[in-house]
Amino acid sequence: MSDGALASFLQASVRLATPLAFASLGELVVERGGIINIGLEGIIIAGAFGSLALAGVGSLAGGLAGAAAAGVLIAALFALFVVTLRADQIITGTAISMLALGLTGALYTLEFGTAGAALRTPTFAPLPIPGLHSLPIVGPALFNQPVITYSLYGLVPALSWWMSRSQGGLTLRAVGEHPEAAIGAGISPARVRWWAILFGGLMGGIAGGSLVLAQVGTFAEGMSAGRGFIAIAIVALGRWTSQGVAGASLLFGAASALQYLTQARGWSLPYQLSLALPFVVTLVALVAFGGRSAAPAALGKR
Amino acid sequence: MSITAFLLDTAVRATPFILLGLAVALAFSAGVLNIGAEGQFLAGATASIAVGLWLKAWPGLLIVCAELATGVVAGALWSGIAAVLKRRYGVLEVISTLMLNFVALYCVSYLVRGPLAEPTHLFPQTSSLAHAARLPVVLPGSQLHLGFVLAIMLAAGLWWVLGATAIGFRVRAVGAGVAAAAAAGRVHVARTVFRVFLASGGIAGLAGAAETTGRTFALYDGSPGFGYTAIAVALLARLNPLAVVASGIFFGALEASAAALQRDAGLPFALVTAVEAMIVLGVLAVERLGAESRVPAAAMPETA
Repeated sequence: MSDGALASFLQASVRLATPLAFASLGELVVERGGIINIGLEGIIIAGAFGSLALAGVGSLAGGLAGAAAAGVLIAALFALFVVTLRADQIITGTAISMLALGLTGALYTLEFGTAGAALRTPTFAPLPIPGLHSLPIVGPALFNQPVITYSLYGLVPALSWWMSRSQGGLTLRAVGEHPEAAIGAGISPARVRWWAILFGGLMGGIAGGSLVLAQVGTFAEGMSAGRGFIAIAIVALGRWTSQGVAGASLLFGAASALQYLTQARGWSLPYQLSLALPFVVTLVALVAFGGRSAAPAALGKR
Repeated sequence: MSITAFLLDTAVRATPFILLGLAVALAFSAGVLNIGAEGQFLAGATASIAVGLWLKAWPGLLIVCAELATGVVAGALWSGIAAVLKRRYGVLEVISTLMLNFVALYCVSYLVRGPLAEPTHLFPQTSSLAHAARLPVVLPGSQLHLGFVLAIMLAAGLWWVLGATAIGFRVRAVGAGVAAAAAAGRVHVARTVFRVFLASGGIAGLAGAAETTGRTFALYDGSPGFGYTAIAVALLARLNPLAVVASGIFFGALEASAAALQRDAGLPFALVTAVEAMIVLGVLAVERLGAESRVPAAAMPETA
């Protein structure tokens, strides 16, 4: 394999991993608080739609703000049901995903017709870091990416530090492991979980926004295409740690980027294979690395 | 559209919802969070169409039986993957079944363009089933097929099994929690969960087979997402198999109206998904608000 093909494969891997990393880092915080949010798929599609809606008004920054706001809004609805009303997390999450997928699809069709006249948004151009981007093989992958990807380089270690060392992180984990004990220590699990879910919504919204603003440049009905569900698997695969989640996101980015590699080598594989691959990789990886053992003790329980 | 036509359309559309709703209700009753009815439906649909196209020369009745049987087996096998992953490796079924839904979707997409594509390869779909290979129509002149009758019979059967037999008792005990199952004695939790998972997948596979052999007669790229709607169907019915029939018909009517509204008023069909989701949230809210305001059962004095 030529260095050029490998470098562009790695670059595509990091690019495709970016939305997954945002979504799964957010979901990591939610799950550390003992909540599993299957509605993440809906949060991502809402974020994508929100970024499209506001990108026209305020360009890139506006698009990102719209994505974050839409994600937080959907997350708040989830938190209302799951935390405040103590409804079942899986059923609520599934309904939230359906709601967001249906609403965004319907709004988009109403606004732009079934043909979906391609509405282009501005996109984040890759920002090469002087000197570093020309490193052999890994240079383009790590240092010639949109600025939104670079923000993850700070976020992953910061989140790791926050969860293991800070008062807030310890509180979150206490709520995820032993909510009753946390109450005894004067912590309100409901309050902590609300904030965790809203943070998950912010990150999931940005994930959807980055899909539009840093990859595709437009919206399509159902364009989240299962990324929210993959992000939930990534959290389990990353064994509920920030670094693990980042690594697992890269694995999925690579699985999705394989199509570029096979195209470059002139292999003709059915494209559905490359679309299905990330989901198959998830299953295999879950068998190989992760059962439930590392999950927060109270995860998914009302 | 006349009332009769609307009612018939409702019943036809309700058929997959009832069957899939039963699949989900059965799984959820045992505490198995099978979110994969979608993928199991597609597996059943694919297997039945493949068999139906392959067995052209067989007598009609035999083909139809073979189609439905392979649909059941394919659905059970597809859910069996998640069941094995759960039992052997402790993989959460919520994650594995969701992943398998997407794998199934892309498999269908490949098959209808590749090995199962219609002869001209112009459209992403299979050939249509011969008339002999289609489910019989129960009301002459309409589209209402045998699948609707099967769905209602299965609902009654499942209601009886869950409510009145030892098997049903075990399923519900496992669903009530591991501790309850242990207290009930001689309930093998892992084995019960495994079997319920397979049965649930089998029913979802039957739904797929009935839909293709009774209504669409061919397999197309993409999925209408019935497997996700089924979660709403089962929940609205509070997992009661008989109530699943009613809630399945309700969702059938919803889709029939949505189709009519799309045709006549140009409303986007995606809206119906959002409405279904709102119904689920509404049911959850009513149920939870009721639960919050009630005094916990343990605090009530014994009345009987």
